[in-house]
Amino acid sequence: MQRQLANMKQSLFDQLEELQDDANPNFVEEVVTLYYRDSARLVQNIDKALEKNPVDFVKLDSYMHQFKGSSSSIGAKKVKIECTQFREYCRVGNGEGCKKTFQQVKREYATLRKKLEAYFQFARQVGPVEKACRRK
Amino acid sequence: MTVEEIRGENENYEQFPVGLRVLAVDDNPTCLKLLETLLRKCQYNVTTSSQARAALKMLRENKDRFDLVISDVHMPDMDGFRLLELVGLEMDLPVIMLSGNSDPKNVMKGVTHGACDYLVKPVRLEELRNIWQHVLRRKKFDSKNPKKSNDQGQTHQAGGEGCGSPLPGNTDQNAKFHRKRKDEEDESEDNGNESDSSTQKKPRVVWSIELHRKFVAAVNQLGIEKAVPKRILDLMNDDRLTRENKYRLYLKRISSVAATQQANMVASPFMRMGSLDGLGDFRTLAGSGRLGNVALPFTTGGMLGRLNSPANVNLRNFTPSSLVQHSQPQNLTNSIPSLGKVHPLLSPASQNPSLFQGIPSGLELDQLQQTKGVSGIPNFNTMDDSRMFPTPGTFTDPGTAIGSSTNLASFNAESFNVGISGSSNLLDPGRCNDNWQNTIESSKMQPNSLLSTPFHSQLPRDNNSLNTEPYLQNNPFEDSREGLIGDFHNMNQAPSQRWGEQRQSYPQGSTNTFGSLNSHIPANGIVPPVSRSLDQNSGIFNQKIDMFVNGRSSGGGSNLFQQNENEKSQGGFVPQSCDSLDELVNAMIKREQDEIVPNCDFGFDDYSFGPSI
Repeated sequence: MQRQLANMKQSLFDQLEELQDDANPNFVEEVVTLYYRDSARLVQNIDKALEKNPVDFVKLDSYMHQFKGSSSSIGAKKVKIECTQFREYCRVGNGEGCKKTFQQVKREYATLRKKLEAYFQFARQVGPVEKACRRK
Repeated sequence: MTVEEIRGENENYEQFPVGLRVLAVDDNPTCLKLLETLLRKCQYNVTTSSQARAALKMLRENKDRFDLVISDVHMPDMDGFRLLELVGLEMDLPVIMLSGNSDPKNVMKGVTHGACDYLVKPVRLEELRNIWQHVLRRKKFDSKNPKKSNDQGQTHQAGGEGCGSPLPGNTDQNAKFHRKRKDEEDESEDNGNESDSSTQKKPRVVWSIELHRKFVAAVNQLGIEKAVPKRILDLMNDDRLTRENKYRLYLKRISSVAATQQANMVASPFMRMGSLDGLGDFRTLAGSGRLGNVALPFTTGGMLGRLNSPANVNLRNFTPSSLVQHSQPQNLTNSIPSLGKVHPLLSPASQNPSLFQGIPSGLELDQLQQTKGVSGIPNFNTMDDSRMFPTPGTFTDPGTAIGSSTNLASFNAESFNVGISGSSNLLDPGRCNDNWQNTIESSKMQPNSLLSTPFHSQLPRDNNSLNTEPYLQNNPFEDSREGLIGDFHNMNQAPSQRWGEQRQSYPQGSTNTFGSLNSHIPANGIVPPVSRSLDQNSGIFNQKIDMFVNGRSSGGGSNLFQQNENEKSQGGFVPQSCDSLDELVNAMIKREQDEIVPNCDFGFDDYSFGPSI
């Protein structure tokens, strides 16, 4: 089980995991939690902005820039790719393209969240002492 | 300082780079958290902030509290580049930019704004492990300077105390002073290298970036309203600088950078700007609209206001759309090729590229020389973009009277004004008026000022920048322009207006003013810088000049001037001697008048300083 967990970890976060150590025992979890909150907020904002008419591309791009930044920081590559595509549509002012792409972004994002949740649940099961304790 | 010294100052430094004190700024909480953890992993002492302003406050409170700043580029409350500039100017700390965007343009922007490094997200640990080199490098360079003793003293002070107690006395001033010393040192080195050909009468002050930064910082400190040259000078605490020096040179440099095209024309004389040489960076900026980099030290007068805001940005954003708001397309097109040049400066980035292109052709001094100024104009036509100039409002009307050319001038002015809007400096209308006996003159001045203002970045000489106006005229106005430009220079500094002098050649009233300007220029402190610039011929200067007012003898780089110059003395522009300038101007004017006459109608009369300023 430990090995399974390790594998999961590896596939999900290569670098993030490295940063977790004695000094930062729950680093991965902290960062991911932070990412959740932050990205959820951004996704909401983007959804709202896309519904407006006319679409404010500048704002959209700004949100997406942030979303992309944090996603890439935690290593969410697929999400990041979709974000880049989205920004491209933003740049040319293609509202429909943006909406479509954002659906994809959300899909990837949902997949990511599922994986992360699974990881954390698993981690808690496996090593309640090491990782289960949630700080902050 | 050597590593040992650094280490000595801080007990942590024994294991340098362990304990490096880093300030991390990023509005994205995820990224910030990640960055913080990464930095801690490197055993650095990390402080984070998600707000640029809060970070700046922390830095200002205690300059010695941090060794290094890492900042994101894209932030909501303040642009990362702006923070970069401010930190570099005020605290002289190494700054590393961070961005999710790896666009080379942004990277270049970072470099020109003075960033030590540019990292792309997601940041890797290995990259952060090396950032201490920037701290060490900076300290080492300081120690190499003879003046470094000041810096070192400063550093030691900072380091030794641990908590970085403020330097004795006025922290800001001292810091600035120290910085300035360092800059001066650097500058003098630069000067030594560059000023071979210049015939300056006094040691050339190279308006280096540091100086500029100091300048901007000083201006910021004083506030736009109170930022008068004297005070700024005081703040900058640089005895080598004079009011004239700093801004004008800076403007020159900027203008030369901006007016790359024009630079050709004015090339030689302006190059001397000296500062131009010093401003290697600016050169790079020279790209259309690079002016921004030049950070307008020009704000000698009202300009400061402008500079402050963009400070660093100014130069960069030279094309700042704000400056040029196309107000009068029609007029502009014809008239003033020079304006066109100027426009580029003023006009928003979009314009600039086109403008510059247009201008370069026209600006080529050589061309001008041949065409006598007229050639210059054609280029502008392309520029025509009246957009460039913010609806000068008043100008347009008067301008029309004069002819399209004038409009351009007005536009320029206006655009400048617009740019400056706050800066009142350009032309101190009052001064201009005094100096300019003719209304035209004053009107001209305005445009200059306008021009100058937008040029913030480009020509600190805004006063001189008025020179740009001269461009408009190409024709006889050249003289006037020069006068204007010169006046502006003078005006800013000390209205020595020799307006009357140049008058002769100017067929039009306004031209007279230019004439005087020309002469003034030499008279004023500006001249020396001008001459310097002229000597330099560095490409930058040309560029700048192109943009503005190369014509200004002082090297203000007013394009017009250049044009004039070209005709008269291609290269010989040594503004230093008023006589020569006057002669040049007159000669140019005459020539121009013959050819360009039609354009000259700037109708400055109507220009009211109001809108411009």
